[in-house]
Amino acid sequence: MTAGGGAPTPYIPNTDADRALMLARLGIDSIETLFDDLPAALRDPAIALPPALAEAELMRLLARRGAQNAAGERPSFLGAGAYRRSIPAITAHLVSRSEFATSYTPYQPEISQGTLQAAFEYQSVVCELTGMEVSNTGMYDVASATAEACLLAARVTGRRALALLEPLHPGTADVVRTYAFGAGLRVDTLSAPQAMTAEHACLVAQQPDFLGAIRDLESVAGAAHDAGALCIAVADPFALGLLRAPGDAGADLVTGEGRDLAGPPGFGGPSLGIFAARERFLRQLPGRIVGRTRELAREGHEPRTGYVLTLQAREQFIRRERATSNFSTGQALLALAFTISVQALGPQGLRRAAELCYQRAHDAAARIGALPGFAIVERGPWFQEFLVRGPLPPAELARRLAAREITAGLDVSARPEPEARDALLFCVTEATAPEHVDALVAAMGTIGARS
Amino acid sequence: MSHDGDVGARLAFDRGAPGRRAVDVARWEGTPAALPPPGLLRDAVRLPELSQGELVRYYTELSGRNFGVDSGTYPLGSCTMKYNPKVDDLVASLPAFAEAHPLAPAATMQGTLRTLAELAAMLGELTGLPAVGLAPAAGAQGELAGMLMVRRALERRGDLAGRRRVLVPDSAHGTNPATAAMAGFEVTEVPSGPDGSIDQQALARTLDGDVAALMVTVPNTLGLWERGIEAVAARVHEAGALLYGDGANLNAILGRVRFGDLGFDVVHLNLHKTFSTPHGGGGPGAGPVCATPALAPFLPAPVVTEDADGSLRLVRPEHSIGQLQQFHGSIGVLLRAHAYIRSLGIEGLRAVSANAVLNANYLRALLEGSYALPYQRRALHEVVFSGSPQRREHGVRTYDIAKRLIDYGFHPPTVYFPLIVEEALMIEPTETESRESIEAFAAALRAIAEEAERDPDLLHAAPRHAPIGRLDEAGAARRPVLRWQPPAQPAEPRDER
Repeated sequence: MTAGGGAPTPYIPNTDADRALMLARLGIDSIETLFDDLPAALRDPAIALPPALAEAELMRLLARRGAQNAAGERPSFLGAGAYRRSIPAITAHLVSRSEFATSYTPYQPEISQGTLQAAFEYQSVVCELTGMEVSNTGMYDVASATAEACLLAARVTGRRALALLEPLHPGTADVVRTYAFGAGLRVDTLSAPQAMTAEHACLVAQQPDFLGAIRDLESVAGAAHDAGALCIAVADPFALGLLRAPGDAGADLVTGEGRDLAGPPGFGGPSLGIFAARERFLRQLPGRIVGRTRELAREGHEPRTGYVLTLQAREQFIRRERATSNFSTGQALLALAFTISVQALGPQGLRRAAELCYQRAHDAAARIGALPGFAIVERGPWFQEFLVRGPLPPAELARRLAAREITAGLDVSARPEPEARDALLFCVTEATAPEHVDALVAAMGTIGARS
Repeated sequence: MSHDGDVGARLAFDRGAPGRRAVDVARWEGTPAALPPPGLLRDAVRLPELSQGELVRYYTELSGRNFGVDSGTYPLGSCTMKYNPKVDDLVASLPAFAEAHPLAPAATMQGTLRTLAELAAMLGELTGLPAVGLAPAAGAQGELAGMLMVRRALERRGDLAGRRRVLVPDSAHGTNPATAAMAGFEVTEVPSGPDGSIDQQALARTLDGDVAALMVTVPNTLGLWERGIEAVAARVHEAGALLYGDGANLNAILGRVRFGDLGFDVVHLNLHKTFSTPHGGGGPGAGPVCATPALAPFLPAPVVTEDADGSLRLVRPEHSIGQLQQFHGSIGVLLRAHAYIRSLGIEGLRAVSANAVLNANYLRALLEGSYALPYQRRALHEVVFSGSPQRREHGVRTYDIAKRLIDYGFHPPTVYFPLIVEEALMIEPTETESRESIEAFAAALRAIAEEAERDPDLLHAAPRHAPIGRLDEAGAARRPVLRWQPPAQPAEPRDER
């Protein structure tokens, strides 16, 4: 790769001539000398990697790999935690600006006001959507944010058990258990909020719930508070364009997944964990927080408004083993994308998009429910996901749809809830192509007629 | 970039006018279904109302008030701020990868799964630790995964109750002790010796049968090789404990020595650092864990597995610590890191460590004499200077030096870390800086050292040529203003407590 004494890669400027000059300054002959501290017996092991690829070859390889993914093309009715949204075109455009994309954690506020002010916009948007008073700048994803919320609840209540209200996303429940294993907390799964006890630090409730139904969060929060516990609402921020803000319904902490409004699903990541709280928990928050301040006074200069990372005494680099979390690098670029999408939609656009989602989903469900052999499971008000029972066992129905190049809703028939029995969880959003719904209804009609 | 006016005083929320919009949303034209009962619905949400052009101008203006790797030299120690290849971004944005739903059946995702499997295999090969879990979202979550694997492994062998302590050197990143605590352990700090490596005698005194693991960063945060690490590994294993590696500084030793060969049981890597995915203003990153085969059953879920027919799917390891995210990890970041490694191959990656280390040592030589060097040993990928003479003799703090660097057009290095160096300046140029840019950066720091003697107030008042001057950080913490409030109801200043 170093033919002709040139630079070794397109990303490394040093040529042989540069290296010779630099080594001369160091008074050594070879770069290898710089590694003399490394144990000689273990130096430069044989490492087998595929050969290097020039840019055009790399693109060809990955285009071939992409062609082995059939998922992106075909009609899909999967939701279950990842929802296709209509993302404004300006979002991808603005977050690709390299001043945003190639910077890091804003340790130097004077040259990081772009990241910091955008983070303040994000915190503001999250507080408005959730009805909360404070927000951090975002966490890894909804599940890890929920786990951190549970740890916060255990710290402030001094209790050692967590309660998860079903139906909850199994991935969220799984991550809570992972974090609880480290913290030595017990995790209980409840089928009703009335099963709360005085041992529980919190009650985690998803809105809409994992099977799509809209909860009455006020009664859930009431049950949590009656047991002396905190209510953690895990809310879809897009649905909050239509649904009552969890803070207004009495939730103490709100988490959510911001990825869907930041960009395409990306096979599930990177994601954006929303974490918002009542003000009384401010000093217990995990993660970064941005605050508004002014320039320090200078003679003859009117101080301007600026933004800084603040309340850092909670954080690992200061508090070390007594920190509220080990959180460091987060999801700043996704938080920026989320903020731009929500602000581009604006108050009317967000409401209208949420209603469009609701109407398209309900229309699709009505058409499916009208097909012979198909039924929609009745669960009260719902937003964008619905349970379908067909004339065939769920796995077989999904297989028949796959044979027609349609990806069915998630098979939830193994779940404990009676309503999930024999059911597939279908999702239709405002971004689902109407012709995909037509194709689904036609395929189901054919399948129903033959069985 | 406009430096006029008070950009920070006017958020998107304060701009525009009622009735403007940046994007149209289609109306539902069919028969509408009844909405849920009003008690389940919200009042209007307060959000900005801007035209598309106004919103784009606002965020474009904000971007001009930021500094990235593409803007200039960004030698932030321990963060490996190298140039991010654009083709890697392009790969990750290919619709076939980006548009996939996380629960799409494995049969329809073979291209992504093949790529992830290949990345895991390459990371296993590069670290000598072949059991690889790609799920952790960032370095700190990778640390948590690794330490929970330690916890699970000890639990499985019935050895957890007696092993409550984790040892962490005093030079460690703050995430290490914070992670150990989150994984349910007590932290004991181990001092560094005069050469910057772990004090072996102090280690021997505290390494008992109640220790679960030692967490070590290699090379350490002083940018120095951890001398005798193989002996430390042997001693840790003799005591029945495990050796955890923080791979944040892998850039220094890429292709030259492997964690597995040194005796580590599990390490995490920071793909956004070593494998050059954009740092995004503070994420997203990815923090895979690489471990010995003995720890493979405990890896975080999911991992990619290959069936007899050559098809791939995601599975949960037998005694997995569990999932770390709702789905599978930072796939977009993993795809970029894969593209980076495939672009360079092993020779390219060895050139990375060679030039990263050469650049750091060249910078060290150019600055020696201008700033104190607390450790006289040869540097690896980064070099730590101390501004304590400047503070003592001229009343200039490292903080002031950093701010003055901004006036010279550079991003300052990491400051006040590691904690064991007074007035620390931790500089990591990386391999993607040219000789000329390193010389220019060193010339600026030398000029600042002279300014500190001649005109300390110049440094105290810096930066003068930035979008904004020094900010009242103490005031920000004392009276937190953390979100927009409508002007009609101005935020009440709130006192601490």
